[in-house]
Amino acid sequence: MRNILTIIRKEFSQFFRDKTNIRMLLVMPAIQLIILPLVADYEVKNIKLCVVDHDHSHYVNEMIQKITSSGYINLCAYENSMDKAMHLFEQDEADVILEIMPDFEKNLIRDNEVTIGVSINAVNGPRASIGGQYLQSILGEFNREIRLKWIQFPKFNPVPIIKTEHSYWFNPSMNYKHFMVPGILVILLTMVGANMSALNFVKEKEIGTIEQINVSPIKKYEFILGKLIPFWILGQVVLTIGLIIAFLFYGIIPKGSIALIYVFSSFYLLAVLSFGLLISTYVKTQQQTMLISFFFMMIFILLSGLYTSIDSMPKWGQVVTWFNPIAYFVKVNRMVIMKGSGFSDILPSILSMIAMATVLISWAVFNYKKRA
Amino acid sequence: MATISIQCQHIKKSYTLKKNKIIALDDINLEVYKSEIFGLIGPDGAGKTSLIRILASLILPDSGSAKVEECDVIHDFEKLRTKIGYMPGRFSLYQDLTVQENLEFFASVFNTTVQDNYHLINDIYKQIEVFKFRTAGALSGGMKQKLALCCALIHSPSILFLDEPTTGVDAVSRIEFWEMLTELKRKGMTIFVSTPYMDEASLCDRIALMQSGKILSVSSPSQVKQQYSGTLWSLQSIHMYHLMQALKKWSRVDSAFSFGESIHVGISEQNISEIEIKNYLLQNGISEINIQRIEPTVEDCFMQLMDKN
Repeated sequence: MRNILTIIRKEFSQFFRDKTNIRMLLVMPAIQLIILPLVADYEVKNIKLCVVDHDHSHYVNEMIQKITSSGYINLCAYENSMDKAMHLFEQDEADVILEIMPDFEKNLIRDNEVTIGVSINAVNGPRASIGGQYLQSILGEFNREIRLKWIQFPKFNPVPIIKTEHSYWFNPSMNYKHFMVPGILVILLTMVGANMSALNFVKEKEIGTIEQINVSPIKKYEFILGKLIPFWILGQVVLTIGLIIAFLFYGIIPKGSIALIYVFSSFYLLAVLSFGLLISTYVKTQQQTMLISFFFMMIFILLSGLYTSIDSMPKWGQVVTWFNPIAYFVKVNRMVIMKGSGFSDILPSILSMIAMATVLISWAVFNYKKRA
Repeated sequence: MATISIQCQHIKKSYTLKKNKIIALDDINLEVYKSEIFGLIGPDGAGKTSLIRILASLILPDSGSAKVEECDVIHDFEKLRTKIGYMPGRFSLYQDLTVQENLEFFASVFNTTVQDNYHLINDIYKQIEVFKFRTAGALSGGMKQKLALCCALIHSPSILFLDEPTTGVDAVSRIEFWEMLTELKRKGMTIFVSTPYMDEASLCDRIALMQSGKILSVSSPSQVKQQYSGTLWSLQSIHMYHLMQALKKWSRVDSAFSFGESIHVGISEQNISEIEIKNYLLQNGISEINIQRIEPTVEDCFMQLMDKN
């Protein structure tokens, strides 16, 4: 125990000696949390529309006005041939082409029916599908307005229709920031925790100081814990800074108990820190550590459910997320902050973290050899 | 006979590098007595570091056994680690901690305090105490060495392993460093030191000459010099290159090595005279030679031993 304290004290004096460390610890999360949620936005905006108009009629004008007034779609070109429009597509200057056939107005009035062509640039998948949906719903609305104008609807619908009224729970205004901020916070915590602890350990190997530790009577577990605990504390500090920023900048106040977040992060940090230390027991240089932890971070982040829903992943992908600590924390953070979940709701996740931490710490202690 | 501090029996160690087996230590047998300075002398790659690391329980030998201070290096390594001080060849203290923090950290790691063992390091620490709030990384080479020695001594080990402690240290600091070792020896500590510098060998009580994983001889520096067979001559001329060429051609010459500004020539015949050598060289067109019979140094002996093997 005394040995662990000795190492912790040493780690802290090393950490605070270098002012860059402190700046990194405080400024990095702050900047990322303030800036990233503003740009990591799910909403599709500024869709570039190109209209190919072969009709030039009043109704076309009205329709285009209707489309552009939504605010999501900007009219960026008005061409008279499809070839020119396709050229804009290729130049990436248009996302959607709306082709209006000749006699659009005439057919609409005469036949009560008209066909228009919509071409969507699908290089960016989500943008194409969401943009297409927007356009479709605007056109549907436009269609309904015309019908309202022309036909007097009966007081009661001749055919029964089901009308849906929906409301968004846990995030009534569908504010994506409430959704992103807790997630980004998790990633920050992981970066600081896993990377810093792993790099710190490998640095001892690189500059040879570990030799002096190895010839000392310090026990392996004492050294590993002495390395882990300081970064555990720093991780909690980063979490606190993050929660304060979430409140100050986005007004996010956890619906559930803040204590619960800390309970979970305690086990979470144990798991990710021991993962970092485990990596560092295998590698020789800080560079290798960086690359390996980068590799795992990429997988963990993309499979965390932060950007894409885990439920829509293929089955095997979902199985991988069971072993991804980030996925658990993203989930728990959202549950507690947005839904106000209680202890019993997150207990399964806590147990998973405890299991992960136990395995990883034992593995790291086992694999750290005080002699070759 | 003095009591034994280190006993090695048939120690072997090899490394595999790209499927090539490199033998670092080949059947090492060694005894080191308590309170002596034992020098491990040999060129780079002789296996000095491997041997020290095995004795300090940092690596395991492939076969053989060794006891240090009654502790088996393979089985009793935990007990052994409280009794040894180890100073690796590379400076390996925390460069971002201050002199004082380093010392306190290592004292604490060994469950002791700086105050408890201050008497051991007093003489050395005095010299760096003015810098105690400076980070270890900001110290000069010699200062770093002194700090490393302090840290290795702070838990009052009964034996000190020093791996090339003076490599890369200036001449004055080297002399100072050896004075410190002599002082420690006087306090009863066993010192096991490796060095590539032959001139340091004469400062040891006993030395082992090592080459390619083998120990060539173990004896005191003066005994080593007595073991030199034949006569040794130091030659100087303004035409050093021609002189060397001529000497190498001569069948009576056993060895000719350049040694600073002169050439050391070993001749196995005991009664060859200065005139004979001069005459031979004159026949080869080399005049104006400065010739002198000299006592062999440890290096000459080492060269001769290496030649024989």
